[in-house]
Amino acid sequence: MSTAAHTDADLATAIGPAARRPRRRRPRPPTAAASRAAVWFVAPALLVIGLFFVLPVLAALALSLTDFDLYALADPSTARFVGLKNYLELARSGEFWRALGNTLYFVAVGGPLSVAVSLGAALAVSSKLVRWKGLWRTVFFAPVVTTLVAVAVVWRYLYNAQYGLLNAGLGLVGLGPVDWLGDPAWAMPAIIGLAVWKNFGYNMVIFVAGLAGVPGELYEAAELDGAGPWARFRHVTLPHLAPTFLFVGVITMIGYFQLFAEPYVMTEGGPLRSTVSVVYLMYEEGFKWWNLGYASAVAFVLFVLMLAGTLVQLRLQRDEP
Amino acid sequence: MSRGLAKTLLYAVLLVGAALTAFPLLWMVSASLMPTGEAGTFPPPLLPSAPTLEHYRALFARADMGRYLFNSALVAAAVTTASLFVNSLAGYAFAKLRFRGRERLFQALLAGLVIPAQVAMLPLFLEMRALGLVNSYAGVVVPAAASIFGIFLVRQFARSIPESLLEAARIDGATEFAVYWRVALPVLRPVLVTLALFTFMGSWNDFMWPLIVLTDDDLYTLPVALATLARERVQDNEFMMAGAVVTTLPVLLVFLVLQRQYIRGIMLGSVKG
Repeated sequence: MSTAAHTDADLATAIGPAARRPRRRRPRPPTAAASRAAVWFVAPALLVIGLFFVLPVLAALALSLTDFDLYALADPSTARFVGLKNYLELARSGEFWRALGNTLYFVAVGGPLSVAVSLGAALAVSSKLVRWKGLWRTVFFAPVVTTLVAVAVVWRYLYNAQYGLLNAGLGLVGLGPVDWLGDPAWAMPAIIGLAVWKNFGYNMVIFVAGLAGVPGELYEAAELDGAGPWARFRHVTLPHLAPTFLFVGVITMIGYFQLFAEPYVMTEGGPLRSTVSVVYLMYEEGFKWWNLGYASAVAFVLFVLMLAGTLVQLRLQRDEP
Repeated sequence: MSRGLAKTLLYAVLLVGAALTAFPLLWMVSASLMPTGEAGTFPPPLLPSAPTLEHYRALFARADMGRYLFNSALVAAAVTTASLFVNSLAGYAFAKLRFRGRERLFQALLAGLVIPAQVAMLPLFLEMRALGLVNSYAGVVVPAAASIFGIFLVRQFARSIPESLLEAARIDGATEFAVYWRVALPVLRPVLVTLALFTFMGSWNDFMWPLIVLTDDDLYTLPVALATLARERVQDNEFMMAGAVVTTLPVLLVFLVLQRQYIRGIMLGSVKG
């Protein structure tokens, strides 16, 4: 399994229409020779995915039930099975609840904001009144392909309390100054700002495709019926975008749950641990303090949360008329 | 609202939006050319008073940037090559070769997409340690050599290869591998370009796993090196901006040249599913 390319796009496939409805064919039964050849075709990929993804995921579950720590790293035989102790410890840990709260804040505010900006940009770029569509799209998409660490470094300076350009701009209209990354109340909103800027182009492209799929006659019919722009948007555009919304909602949520590089580069989790995310906590516990058992429990809780979030969105979508 | 007014408003929104979007990247380039200390004055200047390349020189001369650039390029190229071959083999087989359990296996792979990569990272580190791959290029490359997304992408595209094309080659006595190599791969070219782009950029930009598995700074990729520098040299604005340019400009340029193919990848993975 690629850790490198495990981006939002990967998750696209999990809930894409094709994933839900595999095509059923009734082919002639495979010959022995063809089956043998096929094994060699899929073996390399399955070997890599099995060894470096499936196996570690199963091992993570096992690890989360042990007290594997720094000493076990030197001598694995010192690790003991401790049942659900790590999970109970998590439930009692203020640190964990804070990280969870920070992450949910990031997901619940940053996610919808990012989707809204994406939709706005897609509507503007798709409008019949606008020319140079390709140019606008390229500009809006550019942040998506940039290196997160690099742009986080850039945004750290834009947010600087003394000489940052954001405060300079706000000063012109008589606002601020705000200590964006130094104030526990503002650090997470600042990170959300970066995340929205970095990500909205991705969903915009998906929305543009969704909008192109809305039949033009529907708009004309609505206009003949006297529907204004808002009514057309509400009753024609939005219902047609429902599947796109589900897809975008799920991949955005999953991506935002994995918040890590932004706090690592911009705030190191501070100030006052206000930007420690669940993944950041997992990284610290696992690779700074080497509490691999405990950190695995953190990772699994994250997974369960993401799964639950996905199921909730699928259910909400199904309940829509 | 009149059509003219709507049009003006729309262009205003687009212009402001585009300016805001492009600004951090343009400023990054501008600040990287400023003399030391200039970006840290108030009010912050937008353009360098006397453009200089001193920070780029310092990056390569004193901060080993050439080394990191080489590491990033090597790792991304290796991951891309491996994943093109491995994923196209599997994707083609899932689309065109019949074998027992094919559909069920593919469904199982898709289900794996909901598991975040981070869940695997802790045991993967132990595994890499046992294999002696911690702190090596292979530690980054090997786990990325196959991806579920890549297999899916190739399979979606390969399903449209006409069966008759493959059958004709088989009747001519071609082995299954020759059919894949000489008949299927040329047809798959467009999707392979897309897959290569996604993989290369994903690998180039990847941060968390290289941060974990590479411990020796000789092997750092650009994002890991830049994050480390950013913690050490908080005050060197212009220097850090030059580092950010070197890190992100290569992928940005690749995207600008090949954006059509890149965006098709998003479409293949989502809407047209």
